[in-house]
Amino acid sequence: MKLLAQRLTLGLLLLLAASVLIFMGTEILPGDVAQSILGQSATPQALANLREQLGVNEPAMTRYFDWLFGVLRGDLGTALTNGQDIATAMAGRLSNTLFLACSAAVIAVPLAIILGVIAVRYRGQWPDKLISGVTLTSVSIPEFMLGYIAMYFLTVKFQIFPSVSTIHEGMSLLDKFQAIAIPVLVLVLVVLGHMMRMTRAAILNVMQSAYIETAELKGLRPITVIARHAFPNAIAPVVNVVMINLAYLVVGVVVVEVVFVFPGMGQYLVDHVTKRDVPVVQACGLVFAAVYIGLNMLADIVSILSNPRLRHRK
Amino acid sequence: MTDKLKNLRDTTALPGISRRGFLGTASAAAMTVAGANLMFAGKANAQEPVKGGTLKMGLGGGQSSDSLDPALAANSVTFHVLRTFGETLVDVSPDGSLDMRIAEEIESSPDAKTWRFKIRQGVEFHNGEMVTPEDVLATLERHSDEESQSGALGVMQGIESMSIDGDWLVVNLDTANADLPYLFSDYHLQIQPGGGRDNPADGIGAGAYKLVSHEAGVRYTFEKHENYWDDTRGHYDGVEFLIINDSTARMAALQSGQVHIANLVEPKVASLLSRAPNINVTNVASRGHYVFIMHCDTAPFDNKDLRLALKYAINRQEMVDKILQGYGTIGNDTPINAAYPLFSGKLAQRNYDIEKAAEHYKASGHDGSPIVLKVADGAFPGAVDAAALFQQSAAAAGIPLEIQRVPNDGYWSEVWNKEPFCASYWGGRPVQDQMYSTAYLSTADWNDTRFSNEAFDALLLEARAELDEEKRIGLYDQMAEILHDEGGVICPMFNDFVEGMSTKVQGWVADGGQDTMNGLAPHKTWLVG
Repeated sequence: MKLLAQRLTLGLLLLLAASVLIFMGTEILPGDVAQSILGQSATPQALANLREQLGVNEPAMTRYFDWLFGVLRGDLGTALTNGQDIATAMAGRLSNTLFLACSAAVIAVPLAIILGVIAVRYRGQWPDKLISGVTLTSVSIPEFMLGYIAMYFLTVKFQIFPSVSTIHEGMSLLDKFQAIAIPVLVLVLVVLGHMMRMTRAAILNVMQSAYIETAELKGLRPITVIARHAFPNAIAPVVNVVMINLAYLVVGVVVVEVVFVFPGMGQYLVDHVTKRDVPVVQACGLVFAAVYIGLNMLADIVSILSNPRLRHRK
Repeated sequence: MTDKLKNLRDTTALPGISRRGFLGTASAAAMTVAGANLMFAGKANAQEPVKGGTLKMGLGGGQSSDSLDPALAANSVTFHVLRTFGETLVDVSPDGSLDMRIAEEIESSPDAKTWRFKIRQGVEFHNGEMVTPEDVLATLERHSDEESQSGALGVMQGIESMSIDGDWLVVNLDTANADLPYLFSDYHLQIQPGGGRDNPADGIGAGAYKLVSHEAGVRYTFEKHENYWDDTRGHYDGVEFLIINDSTARMAALQSGQVHIANLVEPKVASLLSRAPNINVTNVASRGHYVFIMHCDTAPFDNKDLRLALKYAINRQEMVDKILQGYGTIGNDTPINAAYPLFSGKLAQRNYDIEKAAEHYKASGHDGSPIVLKVADGAFPGAVDAAALFQQSAAAAGIPLEIQRVPNDGYWSEVWNKEPFCASYWGGRPVQDQMYSTAYLSTADWNDTRFSNEAFDALLLEARAELDEEKRIGLYDQMAEILHDEGGVICPMFNDFVEGMSTKVQGWVADGGQDTMNGLAPHKTWLVG
C-alpha cells in the first residue's frame, strides 16, 4: 500500500515535469499561433489583432501558471486555433484512440503469448522458425508500408474493407469494427513481434531451471510444463513488454492514423503542434504522459503480485 | 462601366464556360502532355444535371485545428468548406468574368472610387433569416475594421467607408480601383447573419448547402439548402468531405470508390491513376506558381546582373517535365500567366541560356562564393528536387549554388520573407492588380522579393484606376516587362490543378481559380449511374 502511494506521488511529479518540458518545447519552436493560423494571407495588423485576442502576448510564465491552475480545477481551456473546448474535443479523440488500441490489444496480446508458448514448445523446429520469421518481418517493415500493402490488397484490389477508417457517432458498432479492420490488422502485426519474442525469451530463460527438469522427468507433457510451470515465472518481463506495447498503441500510432484517416489523438496533437496551439499540445502531452506512467505503474504492480519474493518482502 | 458589367452578368448566366475561357485554358494546357484530359472534362457540359445523391470528396490540406470562422480560413479544406456553405457578393467565372451572387447589380462612379452593389432580394440564410444589406455591411466591416483578424484584411485595405442606401451597399475607396468587385469574391468574405459578429464560427451561411456536422480535420457533412435562390447550383441532396491528408490514402479512397472526387493528385501518380478503370484525371492551368525568390535589396542579389544570371541559369522546361511531370506550364519570371484576365502574352519568353547566364554572372563581378538557396520540402511539392535541378543547370553556366535544406516546420515564419534567397509558391489571385499589390508593390506586406521600383509602383496605381481595358492591358504589359528584367522573382513554372474523379461525376468544367472547379464541384457537378 505504501509502495502504491509512493508510486502515485512519483507519477504525479513526473506529470508535472512532463508538462513543463512540453511547454518549454513549444516555446522554443519558431513562429507563433497567430502566424500559423493566418499563414500567407496575414497582414501585420491582423496578426497583432489576433495575438491580442488570443492572449499570447502575455509572458510565458504567466501563461504556464494560468494553464496549470486551470488544469488543477479540471479546466483544460479552449483551443487557440478554433476556439473549441479542449476537453470535449479531446474526449472524442481519446475514446477513438482507446477503441482502436483496445481492439488491437485484444487480438495482439493473447496471440503474441500463445505464439510465444508455441515457439518455445517447438523451439528450433519449423513452427518456431516460421513464427519468428513472420513476426520479425512484420516488425521490420515500416508501419506505413504495411498499411499501404494491406490497403492495396484489401481495399483497392479486392474491395473487402474500406480504406478510409473515419469513424463517427452515427455509425453502429459493427460498422465501426469494419472501418477499423485494416488499421487493427496493421497494428497487430506491428506490436506482435516484440511481445512474442519477449515471451519466448522469458520462458526459455526459465526453462533452464532445475525445477523444469524435474517436471519433465515426472513425465509431464511439454506443453503442460511450459504453461503451468515455466510461464508463471516468466510473467514479470512479459507484462512489462506488453505494457510498453499497449502504451505505444495509445500514443504512438500517428502514422497509422494518417494513412487510414483515423480521427485519433496522434493526428490531433500533430496538427496543433504545427499551429503552435499550446493549450491543446499541453493537454495531449498530459494525457500521453499519464498513459505511459499509469501503464508502467500497472506493470510494476503486476510483477510484484506475481512474484512471491517481492510480495512477501520483509 | 455599368453596361459592361451587366453584359458580363448576362453572359455568365449561361451554363458552362465561355468560348474564350475554354480556348484560353485549352491552349495553355495543350502545351502539356496532359491536355487531352482537359478537353474531355469540357465535353461533359452538354448534358442536363441530374438531381439527388450524395457527393463524397476526399480532400487533402485540412487539420484538426481548423476553424469554421471565415476570417481564419487559410487552407484547402477550409476554403472548400466555406465555398460549400457560404455565399459571397460576387464570384469569378471560369472565363475570368464576374458572376453575380448576393450582389445582383454593380455600378461604379466614372473615377472608380465609389462603388454600389445592389443586394439581391429573397436570399435566405440557413437559419431562416433573409440576407439584408445590413448583414452584408456588417460582414465586410468585420473583415476590414481596426480589430479585424481576417485573412482578407489585406484585400480590404483600400476601403475608406461603407454605407447602405436602400437595397444598395455603397463602398467609397481611398484610391480608385477598377477591380473592386473581384476583391469581394475573396473566399473569406462569406456573408454571415449579422456579419458573424456574435458567433463567427457558427457555420451559417447563404450557400447552396447547409452544414450538418463538422469535425475539424476529419469530416464535414452538408445537406441541400431547400430555399436556395439559384436553381443552377447545388444538384446533390448531400455532400460529404473526408479529410485525407495522406496522398496515397486519398488515391486509394478514390480507387476503392469511397470518394467520388479526390483533390491534389500528385503529378507523379496522375498518369498511373488515369489508367485505373472508372477514374478520370483532369488538369487545368492555374494561376498558382512555384518560385525562387531573391531579395533585391540584399547582397549579392542587389546586383541586377546576378539576378539576370540566375534567371537565365534555370531550365524551366526541364522543371515542368520533371517536377510537374508535364502537369503545368513554364513561367516567365512574372507571377502572371494566361489564366489571368488582361494578359496579352507579349512579353518574350526567357529560356535557359548558358552563355547569357555566364555573361551576366561575369558582369555581376560576384566573387565566386557559393550562392545559398534555402529550401524545404513544404516550400512547394518537389521543391528540393527542383532546387537540385537548378543547381545543376546553374553549374553548367559556372554559377555555384549551394542548397541548404531546412525543416518544413516553421518555414513560412522563419525562412520565407526573411532569408534573401529561398523557394516558395503563390496560389495566384483573381486579377493582376491583386497579385502585384500583394507581393510586388514596394510597400506591400508580402513583398517577398524586396522589389522596389518607382515606375512599377506608379504603373500599378495607374492601371488600378484605369477603366479602359485596352489601356490597362498596355500598362500591365509594361509592368510585366519591368518585373521580368528587374525583379527578384524567378518563376520556373505554373502548376496545374490535378484532380481525380469517378466517371460517375458529370458536369465538370475547367476552372483555374482554385482546385476542384474553384471549390464549386459540389455546386455544379452531379452523379450519374
